[in-house]
Amino acid sequence: MTDLSTLESQTLSAIAAASDETELESVRVAALGKKGSISALLATLGKMSPDERKTAGAAINALKDKATAALAERRTVLKEAALDARLRAETVDVTLPVRAAAFETGRIHPISQVMDELTAIFADMGFSIAEGPDVESDDYNFTKLNFPAGHPAREMHDTFFFNPGPDGTRKLLRTHTSPVQVRTMLANKPPIRVICPGRTYRCDSDQTHTPMFHQVEGLVIDKTAHLGHLKWILEEFCKAFFEVPSVKMRFRPSFFPFTEPSMEVDIQCSRKGGEIRFGEGTDWLEILGCGMVHPNVLRNCGVDPDEYQGFAWGMGIDRIAMLKYGMPDLRPFFEADVRWLSHYGFRPLDLPTLAGGLSS
Amino acid sequence: MKFTLSWLKDHLDTNASLDEIVEALTRIGLEVEHVNNPAEKLAPFVVAYVIEAKQHPNADRLRVCMVDDGSGAPVQVVCGAPNARTGLKSVFSPPGTYIPAKNITLGKGVIRGVESNGMLCSAFELELSNDHEGIIELPDDAPIGTPYVDYAGLNEPVIEINLTPNRPDATGVHGIARDLAAAGLGKLKDRSIKPVGGAFACPVAVKLDFSAEDAHLAPAFALRLVRGVRNGPSPEWMQKRLKAIGLRPINALVDITNYVTFDRARPLHVFDAKKVHGNLVVRRARDGEDVLALDGKTYKLDASNVVIADDNGVESIAGIMGGEHSGCDENTTDVLIESALWDPMNIARTGRALGINTDARYRFERGIDPAFCVPGAELATHLVMELCGGEPSQLIVAGKVPEPQKIIEFPWSETRRLTGLEVPTSQMAATLEKLGFVVASDAADSGRAMVRVPSWRPDVEGKADLVEEVVRIAGVDNVASTPLLRLEASVPKAILTLLQKRVRQARRALASRGLVEAVTWSFVSKDRAEAFGGGSPALSLANPIAAELSDMRPSLLPGLLAAAQRNADRGYGDVALFEVGQIFRGDGESDQRMSAAAIRRGTAKPQGAGRHWSGKATNVDAFDAKADAMSLMAALGVPSGGLQLVAGAPSWFHPGRSGTLQFGPKNIIGYFGELHPRVLEALDVEGPLVAFEITLDDVPAPKAKPTKVKPKLELSELMPLERDFAFVVGRDVKAGDIVKAAQGADRTLVANINVFDIYEGVGIPEGKKSVGIAVTLQPKDKTLTDAEIESVAGKIVAEVSKKTGAVLRG
Repeated sequence: MTDLSTLESQTLSAIAAASDETELESVRVAALGKKGSISALLATLGKMSPDERKTAGAAINALKDKATAALAERRTVLKEAALDARLRAETVDVTLPVRAAAFETGRIHPISQVMDELTAIFADMGFSIAEGPDVESDDYNFTKLNFPAGHPAREMHDTFFFNPGPDGTRKLLRTHTSPVQVRTMLANKPPIRVICPGRTYRCDSDQTHTPMFHQVEGLVIDKTAHLGHLKWILEEFCKAFFEVPSVKMRFRPSFFPFTEPSMEVDIQCSRKGGEIRFGEGTDWLEILGCGMVHPNVLRNCGVDPDEYQGFAWGMGIDRIAMLKYGMPDLRPFFEADVRWLSHYGFRPLDLPTLAGGLSS
Repeated sequence: MKFTLSWLKDHLDTNASLDEIVEALTRIGLEVEHVNNPAEKLAPFVVAYVIEAKQHPNADRLRVCMVDDGSGAPVQVVCGAPNARTGLKSVFSPPGTYIPAKNITLGKGVIRGVESNGMLCSAFELELSNDHEGIIELPDDAPIGTPYVDYAGLNEPVIEINLTPNRPDATGVHGIARDLAAAGLGKLKDRSIKPVGGAFACPVAVKLDFSAEDAHLAPAFALRLVRGVRNGPSPEWMQKRLKAIGLRPINALVDITNYVTFDRARPLHVFDAKKVHGNLVVRRARDGEDVLALDGKTYKLDASNVVIADDNGVESIAGIMGGEHSGCDENTTDVLIESALWDPMNIARTGRALGINTDARYRFERGIDPAFCVPGAELATHLVMELCGGEPSQLIVAGKVPEPQKIIEFPWSETRRLTGLEVPTSQMAATLEKLGFVVASDAADSGRAMVRVPSWRPDVEGKADLVEEVVRIAGVDNVASTPLLRLEASVPKAILTLLQKRVRQARRALASRGLVEAVTWSFVSKDRAEAFGGGSPALSLANPIAAELSDMRPSLLPGLLAAAQRNADRGYGDVALFEVGQIFRGDGESDQRMSAAAIRRGTAKPQGAGRHWSGKATNVDAFDAKADAMSLMAALGVPSGGLQLVAGAPSWFHPGRSGTLQFGPKNIIGYFGELHPRVLEALDVEGPLVAFEITLDDVPAPKAKPTKVKPKLELSELMPLERDFAFVVGRDVKAGDIVKAAQGADRTLVANINVFDIYEGVGIPEGKKSVGIAVTLQPKDKTLTDAEIESVAGKIVAEVSKKTGAVLRG
């Protein structure tokens, strides 16, 4: 038995001394492998008498079990240690900067964002979007809109012209989005409810004017639409667009050739610290022009002014963008300075919806 | 249009305050732009008396004055003005006064050792004139201590109206007063004019020399001579009013014409009769005629201009500006007063063509009251006789004053129909009558009236105009907001057209690729338009605002490239920009297209720009542009099946590093690649620069589907397997052709092909390259045997060899 206990202590100490799994495996093979020391003892059992075998067998098997258990235990310890060592070696510097995802750096221009906001609001009110060409005829830009030839109101538009064609007529760059009204009425029977956003042009350039800018026009034609409806639409629009619970608006009689009666609309605001805020304050800010569509315009577009009636309004998209988002100047809208675009632009996934709120 | 409060009160009997008047003007459509009261900034300046002026002990040019400013003890002031002397009445400002012309606030001071407690002022310092030769000298009876603005009558608000072009009647103070009276702010004063009896016949005849079709150019021309006048400065009250509204007093005769222009919206002209030779002829100018006008400039005229001429030639440009030659000056003794009617369109055209803006043109082109043609001449005569004396001739009128009889049939319900506002009929009638309309009720129909439009309202044409008159006086604020309900009580339907939707998708998709949206001008320079396939004469502006903004853009790229360079010049060279906007292929409606384009410069790759610890910074290349374009196609939901990719692109791209995207050769939708170095050089732009541009209108619409149900998903139970092939092909062979050939080898089994390696160099013959492709085979209903796999592989090799001349790499 002394042999057994010696073997046991030798084996167990060899297991305990194994410093890695390879060494441990050699210890296992040396003890429990085919030619291992414990296996060799087990092999001697066959030649023993049954009695001898009974006692010796139990003792040898106990040794085997002990060794097996010790091996398993040691293996677990060594595996853990090896993993710890590996993990220690694998440490990275997590403070290293990662690259921004593309959608983090991309931007939507404020004009596009505001057009999407307009779309969300007016689509909900039952309006669709009408568009027309930038290169227009004099007829659609002026004559059909009740600007008599030679009238001073035409001159106020600072029109860009093209050279006359073979037939003597000259095209122009539309000075407002109103020709889209004409096109809409010529192509559709009332009831009509459209907004017409788009690029417009006037040969004028200074601090607050650019030769190209953006307007949105609204048009409602049916048998009952009147000034009260127009006021409601504009009030609702302003509340929704500027995302304020209430706005105070002032309608001033004015003149546009294509509406009668015509009005300019001011919105009440405060200008504390150079920041414009709606729904408070005592200042007035002009924001749009509107009116009942002039009977001559209706007639020019094939609509009987005694049967149908309606209203139209127009405002600057760039301007309402500036008012809402606080850009101080118009010119940088078209300068494509990435610093400006990154700052005032919108994240690609911030699609304006009424359900989620127009802006975040 | 400017006027002063007292001037208004000449025509309006009112107790309303300035604020009430200003508020009412804006409310009824005469928008007040400014109210200026010089009194506000000049309040501290008072009339003062120089009790004694002594030589300054330490300065030759200075005087020490003891000044009585009415506040008590005399004040000591050091003054440098040469006219500062004992006994002078002048204007004094105490310490603490802001001096407008010098933008300083006065303090107490010691000047060369002598204390000075304020300042005696020049007219320049008060911004009243350019006279800074000396201090203001006032008459002896000027009351000491009175604010100077009160003494000088400057304490008067000047109201400026931003007048809309439809209201010629409001270009005169009288017309403005009429509107205010109608709005309930007082009573319009009767300022009707008694005709002047002429003592003798007007010695100068007037001929309107026009053909019948030109008669509208000058319907009527009234003329009168006043002889024996003494012309000199106009009286102070008139000068004050003219100065207050920014006009320079000239002499009494000229000032009278300006005064009546603003008082009654009635421009007039005066000729010095002694300088007029023979009779006056009103006619079209002759080509080549010219005239030295009152502004000292010579204008070349042609037959589109109407002139007043005498035997010497042109004396005046009708309705716009008189001639220098026959103008009135202090020596004028006989004056011809002209009050005429002109054609508004012709005046507008002539004024524009000659570039002359005058108060006369402003009114004539808007249309002045024909009925006031003769009264205007009479009013001027009264004023001439009053201010300059003289003896008037009889008034002659050439032509005939038109008497427009515009009568509108007005159903009273029209107001409610168009505005929703209920205004009692009696109130509507009263408003119209106060504005000068004549309302005759219809005996047969109490629901309507016949309304005659006053001669001074050429803008009123129909029912809607009358509604406007009623509503603007009743107050637009009284119109109640009324909800406009949706036409159908349902969830709103989709409203965007396919193109509108694609424009929006394109923007979000491109921004998601790290591109920043720019909005650049729709016009570019001619050179740039030409460099990108445009520049046709039909798309060149006749009046561009600048040479670099002269032609409609044929592509978004020139604008984006210029923008990239501007950013690079500011130190931001790695820019990735896109634009979705209109381009122009011609001047027809369908020639305007929506384009989406993007550029990348420097190292602005989709995965990020610039150096980074995780990898080398590399320059953008054609594949970055291709990836942007293909992403856009994917975002738009374009089926990739029909999309073809052809090497090469138009001249502004690098011929070997660009591609064309098309759905068949007749439907090219766009291009991508590196920009051509020559084009970049011509544009003065530095690369590396890559770009793509796709015309969204040309991208085919998706096929309409009967339902929203997606096709059934068929998943195989069997494992896909992948086989690699390396082909050696000629350098010019396109990878796309190899992929296509491999795909064609077995359309049921080949599920996907990936190009994983391109190699040239050692081991590959000169002029050849190795292309490695990984083919994924997806068995459908049974596991493939080795023989079946070998068979497919064989087919792939054979097909690729056949189509491209490829050899399987050994």
